[in-house]
Amino acid sequence: MMCDDARLLLHAYLDNELDAAQSVAIVRHMQACPSCAASYADYGQLREGMGRASLYRRAPDTLRKTWQTEKPVASTTPPARTRRAPLALAMAAGFAAAVIIATPLWLTSTHRTGDASQWADEAISSHIRSMQPQHLMDVVSTDQHTVKPWFDGKLDFSPRVKDLAGEGFPLVGGRLDALGGRSVAALIFKRHLHIINLYQWPVSSDDAVQITTQWHGYNAIQWTTGHMHFVAVSNVNESELHEFVLAFQNDSVTPPMR
Amino acid sequence: MPSDIHHPAAAFNRTSFEACVVPYLDAAYNLARWLARDDTDAQDVVQESMLRAFRYFHSFHGDDARVWLLAIVRNTFYSLRSKAAADAKHETFDDEAHTLIDEAPSPEARALISVDIQALQAALENLPHPLREVIVLRELEECSYKEIANITGQKIGTVMSRLARARERLKAELSSSSTEARRHDVR
Repeated sequence: MMCDDARLLLHAYLDNELDAAQSVAIVRHMQACPSCAASYADYGQLREGMGRASLYRRAPDTLRKTWQTEKPVASTTPPARTRRAPLALAMAAGFAAAVIIATPLWLTSTHRTGDASQWADEAISSHIRSMQPQHLMDVVSTDQHTVKPWFDGKLDFSPRVKDLAGEGFPLVGGRLDALGGRSVAALIFKRHLHIINLYQWPVSSDDAVQITTQWHGYNAIQWTTGHMHFVAVSNVNESELHEFVLAFQNDSVTPPMR
Repeated sequence: MPSDIHHPAAAFNRTSFEACVVPYLDAAYNLARWLARDDTDAQDVVQESMLRAFRYFHSFHGDDARVWLLAIVRNTFYSLRSKAAADAKHETFDDEAHTLIDEAPSPEARALISVDIQALQAALENLPHPLREVIVLRELEECSYKEIANITGQKIGTVMSRLARARERLKAELSSSSTEARRHDVR
């Protein structure tokens, strides 16, 4: 074996990636070649240093909280590998019973929130879809007088359009979207580098309750006013999204723009 | 997707996502952090990667969730980076240009490597991305060559030669920084 080959292979040897024949060859070469043996020793030291030097970066708690939901099911099942099998079995049975008892509760509790949370879920899905390349905007304009007429003839209602640049939420465009099988208007606003999607569609009842929903770092706020249902979705924090909603609602008190 | 949690089957899906993929959050962050070299950017990369992973979880066929997630993290990082820095020239890596450093077998070239954390960290951050990702996956994540090849979409031979280059660069940088430091002491 030549040094040129060895220079590459000694890394694979260090990483335990060589088959037996190649390992023998590299060991023999190093016995005969002090230079390669020395650099092998150096790389061994480098590896040891990297292992010791706590270079591993662990996920911060904020990220962990976003993705690890506090769930009673499935998260804590330590492998039962003790010799006390009967006890382990009894515990397993108890655990299974707990799951059986708890599961329907969990399912109904998500069902109970019903319509509102379903809209929020759909809106968040749609918001995530809209983040895909080439998907965000059908009409690009910071001018409400361009965005509003653009919706004419595309929807069976006239959406409320407003630029909130003064409040720090500039309007950047609009899009046709579908939620729960019906066409809705989506307005796109920016908050610094974040995107806020505001969905709206007409409803028959005026339910004044404002509902806030969270899902994995996304916030959704929905409300109904003037027979129009609104859902604002973004990954900005909840208080900023509230600020946005207030700014938008403020406007709807004044006569809507013609 | 979130709306699916109303269906028991999808609820199971979500549960299995949390059981299969979420445990590798640290691995995802470690890779993202070393690629991005910035806490906030790394968090954005991981958040986006987890969303992509969740969205495409149906296409995951239960091989190795860690490898699958790390490949997503890597792709996400490069796609976000090319989007963010359209002006910054795309870093192309020419394997030929980065041939192995011709190390003269002189005694001081093999000066014992100082393994102090700060120098090591700086040396690692100074590596070009294609070298940095393989060495991070190998030494910190302890992936096999095959796993690295799967994550980066490269041939095993490429992984091996890049690892060799990465280590030679690290070694060269560490021994030069330590000799510099020594020269400093003398003055």
